[in-house]
Amino acid sequence: MTSLAIGPATPVTPATPAAPVTPAAAATQRPSEGSVHSWDLSTGVDGPGTRFVTFLSGCPLTCLYCHNPDTWKMRNGKRTSADDVIAEAGKYVRFIAASGGGATISGGEPLLQPVFTGELLHRMKHELGLHTALDTSGFLGVRATDALLRDTDLVLLDIKSWDPDTYKKVTGRPLRPTLDFARRLADLGQEVHVRFVLVPGLTDAPANIEGVAAFAAGLGNVSRVDVLPFHKLGEAKWQALAMPFTLHDTPSATPEQVAGAREVFLAHGLHAV
Amino acid sequence: MTDGAWKGFKGGLWRDAVDVRDFIQQNYTPYEGDDSFLAGPTERTTAVWKVITDKFPEERAKGVHDVSYDIPSTITAHAPGYIDRDKDLIVGLQTDAPLKRAIMPYGGWRMVAGALETYGYPVSEELEKVFTEYRKTHNAGVFDAYTPEIRAARKAGIVTGLPDAYGRGRIIGDYRRVALYGVDRLIAVKKEEKEELNALPAGNRSLEETIRLREELSEQIRALGELKAMAASYGHDISGPAGTGREAIQWLYFAYLAAVKEQNGAAMSLGRTSTFLDVYLQRDIEAGLLTEEQAQELVDDFVIKLRIVRFLRTPEYDELFSGDPTWVTESIAGMGEDGRPLVTKTSFRYLQTLYNLGPAPEPNMTVFWSPQLPQGFKEFCARVSIDTSSVQYESDELMRPRFGDDTAIACCVSAMPVGKQMQFFGARVNLAKTLLYAINGGRDEKSGAQVGPESGPLRSMETGAAEVLDYDEVMAKFDEQMEWLASIYVHALNVIHYMHDRYAYERIEMALHDRDVRRTMACGIAGLSVAADSLAAVKYAKVTPVRDETGLATDYVIDGDYPAYGNNDERVDEIAVRLVEEFMRKVRKHPTYRGAEHTQSVLTITSNVVYGKKTGNTPDGRRAGEPFSPGANPMNGRDTHGYVASALSVAKLPYEDAEDGISLTNTVTPDGLGRTPEERIKNLAGVLDGYMASDGFHMNVNVLNRDVLMDAMEHPENYPQLTIRVSGYAVNFVRLTREQQLDVLNRTFHGSL
Repeated sequence: MTSLAIGPATPVTPATPAAPVTPAAAATQRPSEGSVHSWDLSTGVDGPGTRFVTFLSGCPLTCLYCHNPDTWKMRNGKRTSADDVIAEAGKYVRFIAASGGGATISGGEPLLQPVFTGELLHRMKHELGLHTALDTSGFLGVRATDALLRDTDLVLLDIKSWDPDTYKKVTGRPLRPTLDFARRLADLGQEVHVRFVLVPGLTDAPANIEGVAAFAAGLGNVSRVDVLPFHKLGEAKWQALAMPFTLHDTPSATPEQVAGAREVFLAHGLHAV
Repeated sequence: MTDGAWKGFKGGLWRDAVDVRDFIQQNYTPYEGDDSFLAGPTERTTAVWKVITDKFPEERAKGVHDVSYDIPSTITAHAPGYIDRDKDLIVGLQTDAPLKRAIMPYGGWRMVAGALETYGYPVSEELEKVFTEYRKTHNAGVFDAYTPEIRAARKAGIVTGLPDAYGRGRIIGDYRRVALYGVDRLIAVKKEEKEELNALPAGNRSLEETIRLREELSEQIRALGELKAMAASYGHDISGPAGTGREAIQWLYFAYLAAVKEQNGAAMSLGRTSTFLDVYLQRDIEAGLLTEEQAQELVDDFVIKLRIVRFLRTPEYDELFSGDPTWVTESIAGMGEDGRPLVTKTSFRYLQTLYNLGPAPEPNMTVFWSPQLPQGFKEFCARVSIDTSSVQYESDELMRPRFGDDTAIACCVSAMPVGKQMQFFGARVNLAKTLLYAINGGRDEKSGAQVGPESGPLRSMETGAAEVLDYDEVMAKFDEQMEWLASIYVHALNVIHYMHDRYAYERIEMALHDRDVRRTMACGIAGLSVAADSLAAVKYAKVTPVRDETGLATDYVIDGDYPAYGNNDERVDEIAVRLVEEFMRKVRKHPTYRGAEHTQSVLTITSNVVYGKKTGNTPDGRRAGEPFSPGANPMNGRDTHGYVASALSVAKLPYEDAEDGISLTNTVTPDGLGRTPEERIKNLAGVLDGYMASDGFHMNVNVLNRDVLMDAMEHPENYPQLTIRVSGYAVNFVRLTREQQLDVLNRTFHGSL
């Protein structure tokens, strides 16, 4: 995932305003527009297969290990119309139809811009016929309408910790909204992949891992758990933003540590990778 | 005899006329399963391969293992050689010992003498006299007929890497014919073909064409006789058809061996042999004569032989095409015209050699990919790529409609129906430098010499106004320079191929073709992405040349951003497309030797480093001397939206205007394909499906971590077999020059954060 080094991300041709598609967009009486950090094609890391990933700007969390701190501030994004994003994604429909994959709305936190996110998901799914995924921390889950979730085939839900204090320490925010959102998704029967980032000395307490695993297993709609090792590849971005990276001395999670955490999820009958 | 050899084979057409494709279609057994049937290496295989690999460190250090320095190589010049006489299942070496290189002076004496001196071998005075006083060579012929203008363009490095000092290669004999028919039948056919030319002129040929073809056919017949004699020296009578799987491999290999004993071609490709051989192996297995382990062992032994093909080359050649490549390209799989996959168990067995013997650059395993291929095969290919980075993929969907389903790749990306088409290899011209000529009125940006036509100063220079390059004006001048370049380029190629036919004719390879072949004049362009990005910079940013006291633009100031090729951005991609179309159109204007059809490739092999070295600062911000991106690749680091976006920029280049191939090399980290081995396999197979479905032509796939390459640079001894794909072929990473290694390292690694 990189920022745009050269040239604007979107085509130069100004998009003609399209008729509003979603009720939310219709209500605003203008074509939906949002703050977009960048777009990217990735394989196997932002949901299944090869995906067109739209990274939105702005996040209410300030995770200590964030590898995209450049997406935190909404004002740093580029105001972009949904038409432009859809036009860009449209270039990959043929590829994705053959390769398998879809579209993912990521960030930042996409639910900071729920109307825009809703429109993107709706149009990715219905106009382009793509499998859709929403990559979220769940902290702003209340902002996701049922309509938005109906347009979402898969939620990639980051549960960053089970212990509320650890969660607060990692993200600067409370845990509760994420759990509420997870339960709501379970009630809706929405497919979820849970992600858990293993940070040595921060999120790796056995009770913390056990808590996330037990909770995820109890939901019944979690089809996969990704245990992701903490790495420091994003550190340069913190430096570029002149922000202190407090995990500078924290070691990356070893394959053994990751395997150990994965075991905890597997023991709960979850498909953990 | 023939009935015995052909026992159980179906069909008739192929019995009456030489028609290997018909034989395959009537007799092969498609395999739609997975890789679970495959066998590992036998002890014998491992032992034989170890004899060879033990010699690699010394070969790498010295540059060559040994040289047969005083015997000009012919099909029969060398006594039989073995790796291990008791253990070899498939026999035959280029000289009398493994890895011992031969001299092939017909291409040019200077190259032979230069190479011998480089590696410290004596240069025979007698041979020197023969090949300078009595027997003219290809190289001498070419320079007799070059014009001063061609020499100047060649020296400036705008026309580059021409096969005027080395064998042109890129001709694939249909080596299968020897196995299916035996040599006697092939000789009889050639004699009939010659008989038909007894009138002068014969048919609609000119007088000279008729005489030339008669002489060539006589040479072909003579070469077939020598092939038989060479096989006999190994104790095999190949006058009749092969009767078993082992014989089929052996006969086919003898035919190929004859070619590499006599021609030091830039690419000596094998063709499309796996499914052909599968018919024989399958027949033996069904008859209970062969087990899977034995079938694999035969394939492994054959591949060992293909891995040790060697040519004696000069340092100048190695600089262009580094890593000692031979391009023993084998084309695997693809779909048949009747909708059945051309995948057989032997397609799997070929790829399995990359496990049984470890990764290797040769033979150049090339999979003809179609989304319609059986899933089990696709996933095996993806797994092999992930584990070995030794496979390249080319679009069966683009080739099959044009060339049919018995097509093979010569070298890296050049498609040709086997035994029915050959090409006149034309290396490539430097488009990035040509653009600089446009800005400099035909003067070379490095030497200042007038090499191209004087196209006059840019308008702003005339008026003395502050000079910001104007896109339309630059394009118009560029057009003029390209026009000139195309003209001298085709001119040079005509001279080269006239002389190559005359002084270094590929007797045995052409004996294994139909008499009346389709010929292509395979031109090529390098520096496409640099040219496209430079033009995008001129168009979308402000580019001001920095001129020296003589008015020569030596650098550029770029103000603002521009869209870069490799991001699936139409604004710049259409410039790249236009350049490909335009240059092809200009090339097509010029008549060709033997009426060859014009084609071009967007391929550099590793020469992108040398071309970059010879090219000054460019308006895209690239510094003088920096390597170009390889092939049709976007420039390193400018493709910022992931490898799919990057690949789709390349997929826009029109195959109909680059029918000699469009090369894309992708390097992705394992993490960039997914988190588990299974999903990486599925995802890579999906990416290939997606690329081919989007009209992509070729993809080299490397699945590597940067750290591994960095470690290999420091500790080559730990990575003797580390293989990576580079623009159409594969190389042992540790055999690249340091400069080449750095170029590979600096290339975009697509991973994920």
